[in-house]
Amino acid sequence: MNNLYAWAAIAVITLAATTGDVLLAHSMKRVGDVGELWQSGGLFAVMRRILATPTFFLGVLAMAVAFYSLLFGLSWGNLSLVVPASASLTFVANAVAARIFLHERVGRRRWLAATLVAAGVALMAM
Amino acid sequence: MTLRKYLVLAGVTLFSTLGDSLLARGMKDLGGASLHNIPGLLLAILNPYVTIGIVLLLAFFASYMSALSWADLTYVLPATSLSYVMVAIIARIGFHEEIPSTRWLGIALIAAGVGFVATGPSTTDVRHEDPLRSTPESNDLRLNHE
Repeated sequence: MNNLYAWAAIAVITLAATTGDVLLAHSMKRVGDVGELWQSGGLFAVMRRILATPTFFLGVLAMAVAFYSLLFGLSWGNLSLVVPASASLTFVANAVAARIFLHERVGRRRWLAATLVAAGVALMAM
Repeated sequence: MTLRKYLVLAGVTLFSTLGDSLLARGMKDLGGASLHNIPGLLLAILNPYVTIGIVLLLAFFASYMSALSWADLTYVLPATSLSYVMVAIIARIGFHEEIPSTRWLGIALIAAGVGFVATGPSTTDVRHEDPLRSTPESNDLRLNHE
């Protein structure tokens, strides 16, 4: 039963973390190259541009949901199950979500990279 | 990709590793913190390891946002996953934990993944590009896209 709770937490963490990453990546693409913006307008210009992007706050909110579900997940399951399982699932989910929502062209090279890293993270849990 | 951009990616990796390690070190001082002990969790901020850990994680967030402003999500995530490897090395050296052989195999797979993505292009979506500011790199991509 506890195991079921742990996997439910892993599912919620993966979903929230992927949503957060996609929203933050989308926001920062709209903000534009932060380095160039800093050079032309200073830190203030960077902050103002980021704070004017609503999806940035939604992304931070989703990240907070992921963080608190991780805390709950850790009270139901083992550290060595919850952290690597959610981290490696998030790598694969992000590759799918980036392709669908961010229109990134996830070629063979990036699929291979995401899969290798996800498998590596899962192995490190053993 | 310029040197500055590689430094930002290295910053994402380093700050997340050091931040997590210092938080873990600080939370060990406090003993088993739990959600039933909210005041204990709030007081954790007063622990110097936790304080520096939080500052480093803020630096991580800033460099992560910077990286996402000029590179794809599917590039940044694998490119900075060396932090998992570095956590294992810190656990070995700093906390004297034994590292089993399956974990070394995991480290090797992550390193291979990083190598695969880091040698490829950092951005593939050309829709956000400003044609007036285009770099030779993005011109190449636009040609590929057509």
